[in-house]
Amino acid sequence: MRCFPFVIAITWALLAVLGPFVLALEPDAIDLKKILFTPDMSSWLGYDDLGRPIWDRLVMGAQTSFIVAMWVTIISVLLGTFIGSVSAYFGGWLDLLVVRIIDVFLAVPGILLAIAFAGIMGPGIENVVIALSVVGWVGYARLSRAQILALKHREHVQAAVSLGTGPFTIIRRHLLPLISAPLIVEATFGIAGVVIAEAGLSFLGLGVQPPEASWGSMIRDGTAYMLIAPHMVIAPGIAMMLAVLSVNLLGDKLRDKFDVRLKQQ
Amino acid sequence: MTDVLLEVKNLNTWFDSRAGRANVVDDVSFSIRRGETFALLGESGCGKSMTALSIMQLLPNQAANNMSGEVLLEGQDLLQLPEVAMRTVRGNRIAMIFQEPMTSLNPVLTVGVQIGEVLTKHKGLKGAASKARIIELLEAVGIPDPTQRIDEYPHQLSGGMKQRIMIAIALAGDPDLLIADEPTTALDVTIQAQVLDLLRKLQKETGMAVLMITHDLAVVSEMVDRVGVMYAGQIVEMASRDDFFNEPQHPYSQKLFDAIPSMGKRDEALAIIPGTVPDLAQEFHQCRFADRCQFSWDTCQQQVPRWISGNDSRGVRCHLYDSTIENKSRVAEKVELISTSSSNTGEELLTVSNLKVHFPIHKGLLKRVAGYVYAVDDVSLRVNRGQTLALVGESGCGKTTLGKGIIQLVKPTDGSVLFNGADLTQLSQNELRSRRKDFQIIFQDPYSSMNPRMMVGDIIEEGMIAQGIGDSAEARRVIVDELLQQVGLRPEHRNRYPHEFSGGQRQRICVARALAVNPKIIVCDEPTSALDVSVQAQILNLLKDLQKQYQLAFLFITHNISVVAYLADDVAVMYLGRIVERGSVQEVLENAKHPYTQALLSAVPTIDKESKQEILRLEGDPPSPINPPNGCHFHPRCPKAINECRSEYPKSRTISSTHEVSCHLY
Repeated sequence: MRCFPFVIAITWALLAVLGPFVLALEPDAIDLKKILFTPDMSSWLGYDDLGRPIWDRLVMGAQTSFIVAMWVTIISVLLGTFIGSVSAYFGGWLDLLVVRIIDVFLAVPGILLAIAFAGIMGPGIENVVIALSVVGWVGYARLSRAQILALKHREHVQAAVSLGTGPFTIIRRHLLPLISAPLIVEATFGIAGVVIAEAGLSFLGLGVQPPEASWGSMIRDGTAYMLIAPHMVIAPGIAMMLAVLSVNLLGDKLRDKFDVRLKQQ
Repeated sequence: MTDVLLEVKNLNTWFDSRAGRANVVDDVSFSIRRGETFALLGESGCGKSMTALSIMQLLPNQAANNMSGEVLLEGQDLLQLPEVAMRTVRGNRIAMIFQEPMTSLNPVLTVGVQIGEVLTKHKGLKGAASKARIIELLEAVGIPDPTQRIDEYPHQLSGGMKQRIMIAIALAGDPDLLIADEPTTALDVTIQAQVLDLLRKLQKETGMAVLMITHDLAVVSEMVDRVGVMYAGQIVEMASRDDFFNEPQHPYSQKLFDAIPSMGKRDEALAIIPGTVPDLAQEFHQCRFADRCQFSWDTCQQQVPRWISGNDSRGVRCHLYDSTIENKSRVAEKVELISTSSSNTGEELLTVSNLKVHFPIHKGLLKRVAGYVYAVDDVSLRVNRGQTLALVGESGCGKTTLGKGIIQLVKPTDGSVLFNGADLTQLSQNELRSRRKDFQIIFQDPYSSMNPRMMVGDIIEEGMIAQGIGDSAEARRVIVDELLQQVGLRPEHRNRYPHEFSGGQRQRICVARALAVNPKIIVCDEPTSALDVSVQAQILNLLKDLQKQYQLAFLFITHNISVVAYLADDVAVMYLGRIVERGSVQEVLENAKHPYTQALLSAVPTIDKESKQEILRLEGDPPSPINPPNGCHFHPRCPKAINECRSEYPKSRTISSTHEVSCHLY
């Protein structure tokens, strides 16, 4: 049971990265004779409203959500940490400006903002990544700013200043390594958030476009047939739940691992 | 004897860990008579606090049952008492005060409530009776205006006041025994003197016994009747105060005395104790001090020394005094002499003129500037090449800010810092960065002054990379290795992380880091105050050595007068952001003119009582630098204040060519 989150998360990653190459998938193969078929020998999760095998589409959806989650998290962490740490280290009017911008972003619900961005830029996987990153960096900026404000008066930072080390080297060598633990934990939880957000955007039709598959768009397609073919909704729903749950549990484990106080007890 | 209050017999306390069983208190026996003050003396980690906690049975849960022996309070064994009965002993018959007054009081309860708690629990006092007693207690511990203070919260009080409140709480139960665990270590010397005086006075009035736990020989000398020296969980020597200070017997005790810096030792290296305290998680078949002892011989490595009692409750745990063992001791090495005839060229290296560092206080919605903290206010001083200027003052007087202001870690508000002909305050960040190799800083806390994620080699190398010293990684590595050896570490320590080193070793690494860029002056911000006496001696020796070798100048920031006497050439005394007196070390320490300097010097506890001059006690606490008093900042506390002091800040007056003082009396 303890390794459950690892197993699920790794399965998700493997399916996303290798699935489309290793498994002979035909996610777009329409078979009109098999519309809304329940699971059988040829496809163990059944067929959708166009007779496409749901398992094959599920794997493609895993790939979509994995790619989006990784890109959004990486871009958000890099951008947010850079803005937050630079702003905290230099302080002054720059910091004041950054804090105000962060406040503005936090005042508007993130998903709403992302919908607006996605709406403006039009649907598509790249635009989903951009829209979610635009709202995603704020959390990391706030976290890294708070951490660096607390750390920058430490004496080893002052010693580095007095040795003549430049500000960016100080941020890179003396500050970022010390805040990496909380950032990694936050990023893990962030992945789960992005998976849901991507599914939400796709559900609204702002994500990947047909015939490409995504868990969110699969659920949307299934809602019309919920009473006669519930497997169309249940399969992507459970897949998403497992992915989000495993990533969240992983984040909890990481936090416990990094938290010295908890370890002592 | 009938007047024995507390008798500890063969007390053992141990912790079980993966490495084995560690006896943190090992076969400790001592007794305290009524009204007596007994001290447990020792360096950090020697088990003195553990002994106190064992007596009070306040050990962490894990060790609660790992005790054996007897703790007899008037014949009753406390170790046999159930927890419920023990609660009526704590705070009632034995009270305890702790080192850190900031954290030992509950911040959300008023002072009155915290004292009243003890009265209600142990004395059954409630309501008006309780309040009357609280006010009485506050008066007894010298809190001014007790009816007012009773409703104040801990954050409204200064450190010294908080420690007084702690003492009042301890006294509330009319204890027979007061355990004071380093009661003054966190306090300034003038406040320490007040608290020690108070403890003495209260002891005389109430007749309670005091178990004093301390690392400070001078405090022991001033306060106690008898002393037990602890080392690695054991008492290694026990003697009356006079016997102990006339003739310490155990080699460890002797070393402790030799390690204290003083004026008389200026020309010698301080005695050091090589090595470290042995790991306690092992079974000892030898003397625990053998590896570090200059007298040790084969027997010390093979046999555990027994307790040798002398007359008059004196005793020592050392083979040297065991008549049944043939003494084959090596002769002690001579003290190493270092010539300190520092080439007094008088060449000016650093000149600070009218330096001011004011921090604005922002208030309200618009962050308007509501006032300033006058941390450093119009300070001028001079440091000569190869010499040491000591900056002395109590905490909060601005000495650290001054140090940082000089090397531009804090931007000064006004004034100039001339170094090598350039005004550092006028340089741009880029120009400054390349000049930083000339002036370095060593911090107080060796734990936070190194990046825990960097290896020692990288830490030392950092400055060289920043300043472009050494052409290649290979060349820099050679320098790093040399530096490590120079500060008494080994080249292979390069690939270790800071947490693997002890406090003294870390401070050495910090010294090496500063040296790596070949500075001409190093600001030493209390570099030894977080260290034990024997480790302090090592660092002071190292600094003195390096000064001679490289003609280094030091700006030595400290509150420790004995370090000043040992190390400094010139002294500047700071009070509330200003320098009140400066001169050569002889002039200031032996012929202090300013009343503050005099009070500071007389507040320092000394080992030999007789040599003490006129005692000058300061009342109250230093005022806040936000709102310094009009006129001379010192006049509200000054015993010699005259009318002029209230209206005008005194100009600096010259006593001799090097001695200046800012006081209306001269």
